[in-house]
Amino acid sequence: MTEPILNLRGINKSFGPVHVLQGVDFSASVGEVTALVGDNGAGKSTLVKCIGGSYPIDSGEYVFEGRKVAVHSPREASELGIEIVYQDLALCDNLDIVQNMFLGREDHKGPVLDEISMEKAAAGALKTLSVRTVKSVRQRVSSLSGGQRQTVAIAKSVLWQSKVVLLDEPTAALGVAQTAQVLELVRRLADQGIAVVLISHNMNDVLQVADRIGVLYLGRMAAIVDRKDVDQQQLVELITTGRTGSIGLPANTTTAGTV
Amino acid sequence: MSTSGDSPSGASDVKVTDEPLDTSEPDYSAVASTAPIEGGIADYFRNYLVRVRSGEMGSMPAVAGLIVLVIVFWVLHSGFGSLANFSDLLKQSSPTVFLAMGLVFVLLLGEIDLAAGTAAGVCAALMARMSVGYGWSWPFAILAALVAGLAIGVLTGVLCAKARIPSFVVTLALFLALQGVSLFIILNGAGAHGNIRISDNFISNVYNGQMDPWVGWLLLIVVVIGYGANKLYQVTSRSRAGLTAEPVVLVGIKVGALLIGGAVAVYLLNRNRGGTGGSQLINQGGKLVLVKPPALQGVPWVVLIGVFFLAVWTFVLTRTRYGRHVYAVGGNTEAARRAGIRTDRIRISVFVICSFMAAVGGVLIASNTSSVDANTGGGNTLLLAVGAAVIGGTSLFGGRGRPLDAIIGGLVVAVIANGMADLVQGNNRDSIQYVVTGAVLLLAAAVDALSRRRAGAAGLG
Repeated sequence: MTEPILNLRGINKSFGPVHVLQGVDFSASVGEVTALVGDNGAGKSTLVKCIGGSYPIDSGEYVFEGRKVAVHSPREASELGIEIVYQDLALCDNLDIVQNMFLGREDHKGPVLDEISMEKAAAGALKTLSVRTVKSVRQRVSSLSGGQRQTVAIAKSVLWQSKVVLLDEPTAALGVAQTAQVLELVRRLADQGIAVVLISHNMNDVLQVADRIGVLYLGRMAAIVDRKDVDQQQLVELITTGRTGSIGLPANTTTAGTV
Repeated sequence: MSTSGDSPSGASDVKVTDEPLDTSEPDYSAVASTAPIEGGIADYFRNYLVRVRSGEMGSMPAVAGLIVLVIVFWVLHSGFGSLANFSDLLKQSSPTVFLAMGLVFVLLLGEIDLAAGTAAGVCAALMARMSVGYGWSWPFAILAALVAGLAIGVLTGVLCAKARIPSFVVTLALFLALQGVSLFIILNGAGAHGNIRISDNFISNVYNGQMDPWVGWLLLIVVVIGYGANKLYQVTSRSRAGLTAEPVVLVGIKVGALLIGGAVAVYLLNRNRGGTGGSQLINQGGKLVLVKPPALQGVPWVVLIGVFFLAVWTFVLTRTRYGRHVYAVGGNTEAARRAGIRTDRIRISVFVICSFMAAVGGVLIASNTSSVDANTGGGNTLLLAVGAAVIGGTSLFGGRGRPLDAIIGGLVVAVIANGMADLVQGNNRDSIQYVVTGAVLLLAAAVDALSRRRAGAAGLG
């Protein structure tokens, strides 16, 4: 396996007295889909926000492309090439697809927007991902379905040549067909040479698309396993108890946390 | 009335396909798109219908309403259609239009500026005081008004964006406070009638003056060529880049309509609307000579100001990053913030633009009567302007609106005021006019709210 592009070691994060992340290790590699799973309150969102720069980490090493970095804001994260696609999507309904994909980073010639280059680039990004469900890139986002919106949000990261893309529950609100569509897109995103981190509740999704799976349990990384080494049964056990068989946290540490 | 689900047409017309990735020929026919789509005029027309049915009506109700109102008033009272009244309508609508144009920016963010009217009053009072009391020449007096507008806007914007006080409260407070400021300026410089009379000819002519006929024609030519060249440039550069462009025929129709409509308007405005009523026989060197009054003709100057601001603000909103960010913040503030847009600055800036345009409106109100008193910009000035913007198609909920809406809505408001004033005589004149204007405003707001709900039901919300 190649050197991971994103490598976190011993991340700690507390909110007041609550120790949310306790010495978490996590990594993501180019061309791979790394799933991040865990029960509610396990610390998934906190970890994602730490990676994305929304929360500063208390201690631990944040290594990106082999260099130790400090990420203090979402802007710094996206400058590094780390993009987060949030669950609530962050698209403007009243703008069209091109306008949304370029929001905040519009091409312009002098004071005037360069609509032509933006439209071409947006169409190109969608084409890279073989997206054909979107009919016109000048459609308003308000007229798109949930799956199409997710597609636009994901395509944005291709457009901006992100190196690491974190997808926060991308299939949570979608139907069966749309979910399949988005998962296919996730796979293609990884094939583009992007390190994809998929945060999900859905075991089927994770087992279907992930190469590696990181399981958070009560603020600790219970295990990072290869997809082929686990089945659904074991994964559920990992999520609910923090260990399964020989994988996972030592037995004595897990019981203390069970409330 | 139930909310969702009872909008069959909208829901079924906008097909949102979710077929698997590897199938299907895209079906372009049912996409409600706002930009150039493939196909000819028929496709455009169909696309427009889809948009209308799914609740995105834009200015259509206002334009239809305007036409109906004009016909009704003209039939009921022939004086409504006179040349003089046509020009009056344009002038009467102007203060409302300029206030509304500024309010469009504020409404785009889903905010409100209740103080725009009294801000106009303060700016007008300041201009009058500087012109009369301190003898400033007109450029400086008008500049003082505009700068005062900017300052009021900065104050409002900072209070809303930085202190996070709801704009409703901030501007309600300023509505009262600015009335006091206006009163202070007036009382310190008022003449016998409690007002400041402006003697500067230029300031009076801003509202009351007309262009020479040839200037009107020149303006028309500049506007048509400017619009046409812009459209043509877009079409050619888009098709050269291999993107779908508006059909040339459609561009031709639009430019032609503007040319013909504009030419008719300029022609009518250039005819003498003064009549011969003021002719006098006077004794000139032993002979009786019939002296006609100077011809009252030409396009009012306010039209030029209107066209200017329409062009500037439309350009700013549709062609610049700033404009794009205004729409983005109005559509989804959180998304805009995450995209790195400084939403606070955008929020402040729209209040600055609004108050600046209020100052322009204030100058025109003062110019109309050549005087400023404590009531200038008070009363229903603001509400008519908000009404104009909403009637024109700007949403009260943010994210949707254009400067053109202000002009269309402003004309509707002026037509109602003007038509009702002619139509209803006697004691109840004002009361009926208020009720009708209020009803129209309510109707416009209802159209806005319903079209939103419909868009929501059709999955477009």
